[in-house]
Amino acid sequence: MAAITMLEGIRQAIFEEMDRDPAVVALGEDIGVYGGAFKVTEGLLARFGPERVIDAPISETGIVGAACGMGYLGLRPIVEMQFIDFIACCFNQVTNFVAKSHYRWGAPVPMVLRGPSGGGVHGGPFHSANPEMYFMHTPGLKIIYPSTAYDAKGLLKSAVRDNNPVLFFEHKYLYRRIKEEIPAEEYTVPIGKAVVRREGKDLTILSYAAMVYTSLEAAETLVKEGIDAEVIDLRTLLPLDRDAILASVKKTNKLLVVHEDTRTGGIAGEIAALVCEGAFEDLDGPIARVTALDTPTPYSPPLEERFLPNAEKVAAAARDLAKY
Amino acid sequence: MHVANSEKEKAVATAKLRRGQYLDLYYYMQLNRQLEDRMVRLFRQNKIVGGLYSSLGQEAVSVGTAYALEPKDWLAPMIRNIGALLVKGFKPRDIFTQHMAKYTSPTLGKDGTSHFGDLKVHHTVSPISMLGDLIPVMTGVAMAGRYLGQNIVALTWIGDGGSSTGAFHEGLNLAASQRAPFVLVVENNQWAYSTPVARQVPIKNLADRAVAYGITSKITDGNDVVAVYTTTKEAVDECRAGRGPVLIEVKTHRMKGHAQHDPAEYVPKDMFEYWKARDPIALYEKFLTENKIWDAKTKSEIDARIERELDEDQKFAEESPLPPPELAEQGVYCDGCHTIEADWQRSKKELTPPNCSVDAVWEVKSFGSLDPDAAAEMKAAAEVKQSQPGRGNGTPPAPAKLAPKAPQKAFAKPAAKTPAEEKISVEAAAALRVPFGRGPKDRAFREERAEKEKHRRGKRGRH
Repeated sequence: MAAITMLEGIRQAIFEEMDRDPAVVALGEDIGVYGGAFKVTEGLLARFGPERVIDAPISETGIVGAACGMGYLGLRPIVEMQFIDFIACCFNQVTNFVAKSHYRWGAPVPMVLRGPSGGGVHGGPFHSANPEMYFMHTPGLKIIYPSTAYDAKGLLKSAVRDNNPVLFFEHKYLYRRIKEEIPAEEYTVPIGKAVVRREGKDLTILSYAAMVYTSLEAAETLVKEGIDAEVIDLRTLLPLDRDAILASVKKTNKLLVVHEDTRTGGIAGEIAALVCEGAFEDLDGPIARVTALDTPTPYSPPLEERFLPNAEKVAAAARDLAKY
Repeated sequence: MHVANSEKEKAVATAKLRRGQYLDLYYYMQLNRQLEDRMVRLFRQNKIVGGLYSSLGQEAVSVGTAYALEPKDWLAPMIRNIGALLVKGFKPRDIFTQHMAKYTSPTLGKDGTSHFGDLKVHHTVSPISMLGDLIPVMTGVAMAGRYLGQNIVALTWIGDGGSSTGAFHEGLNLAASQRAPFVLVVENNQWAYSTPVARQVPIKNLADRAVAYGITSKITDGNDVVAVYTTTKEAVDECRAGRGPVLIEVKTHRMKGHAQHDPAEYVPKDMFEYWKARDPIALYEKFLTENKIWDAKTKSEIDARIERELDEDQKFAEESPLPPPELAEQGVYCDGCHTIEADWQRSKKELTPPNCSVDAVWEVKSFGSLDPDAAAEMKAAAEVKQSQPGRGNGTPPAPAKLAPKAPQKAFAKPAAKTPAEEKISVEAAAALRVPFGRGPKDRAFREERAEKEKHRRGKRGRH
């Protein structure tokens, strides 16, 4: 089977789930006739028709609210945010209405909210967001942030079948830059499970989405210097795979967290606390982190380069950590 | 746009109600009032855990609107729509236990007040405190009902205050663009907490908003339960016939403060007096008597039944336990505790490829001209051009619908500047450009950057 891009993996997941179950519908801005800003939903309208593929007005609150209502009647809507940055427009609907629904009154909301996220493409302050941490802090949501075509497809299919609201972040830098062969037969990837991308013994680099590649690149540099790093791809941020994180830390005794999100209040802080609670005795060094700067994502290339983590920064932090 | 309830219309609809239904309306309104009256007493005894919001004087709105729905229809209450919940089949004990935070409440104590619902039997969506958010949600309910072939109508309320939210606009516009079978009742009780309508909106009738959404609207007297029922029934019927959504403005008055803690001293006394004379239950009792629908015996029977039911349910609530603390940790996620299955009332085949497949093109009915005759003008112009001798070069004329209208003067491009002028303006703009956000450190910043840049280039072997 030919290698496919991550974007194609996402597209296949949507098509297959809609083929499998007529309760699955899609809503979003320009997803129908136009096929979506990134063409993820190209061909969807032609195949499934306007009742199942709904081109909505520019109303993020309206769209997410409507999807919630559809979920109450047993549909499984897949909502596209044209850029995930715009999820801020429906923050209340997501965090107060959707996320709390099952806890408050036992009404599950089977909804997937997906959209292109992340920087490195010179999108500027409003088209580069990694807003996962706003939602990490919201009980009731699940958050997926895949890094490969295989995972993107398998996790999106799991997300559609999940009874809970799932935020599915698609790193736009990875959309067409990575390719891999995926099985011809149907498969899903379980939510809430991290995966080891590179085995190592000296330290653990924990990451997700585009930063997995940055971390792997750094690991290749490090191995030449005699530092054998283990690289773990979280894949699901909420719920976090606590067991996988602790198991790796107990093996390597050192932890470096790499994320593209900004530093303060980023997931590294939460993971650091989790590791201190569960594996403090196993640590041989301080928990380190490489993150974006605490600024909005700047537009101009040299500014954005400065803003984002890269392999050099990761390798430098790993070298410091390895000295312990 | 407004469809006022003429006496004739009212009479016609009135004739459709059976005696038992008239008595139902009384029962629910009085049950609503007596229930809330008891809760005020419980509040004063510190038995209500949180806030208590009164719908005194607004019972006809909740009851009249909800009564126009069929059991399969969906509603979502606001804080003052307890009457609607009773009509939809919830029991007074549900309301008591909710307010008293008991384990036996519909939310097991996880939320209070009217913040509960039921997807399977009562088709009721729980509200949240953020106003307006129910409007898109109920739009989605209406859309899903249509998708599944259920032929249902979804209804929710919004106050005069909540009509100013962004969610109101997004939800109603989405409903309108989707022609969703959705009824929005704007319950204009004159007060958004302490702010009167006139300080919230510059219009007299909130129903006027409907014009902007291209939907039907109606205005009705919110203290006349028959008028409320009749108007809502019409709206529901219109929606079911595919002519939704419909906005109904009901004019009424909140007879208490925002909640128990609020004495509502900001409401002019005259205003209370005016509306007190229009008490919906007193008016309806008079109506029932004058039309010989009931007698004193029937009234006392209904009142006794209400007392009995409330006694029983209040006792149940008071004797119910509070939830066990460990419940706080449960139920964040649905881990298979609920099965999600749609109630299909149409063939899934219609929605399965290739049956549902289409050509992915827009059906564009207008090409956005500023004046409605533009299309005809352009077509005529194209025809004249075509018929002129010497112009025929064998190319077919552009289709009329694609011919753009000549730009209006207002949109005309400004006269091109000479290169000299252009240069000056660029330079002027550059001179005006101010570095931002770096303040007095700007120079240091630039020097630092230049140093780094030099270093970076050197490292990468560039020049």
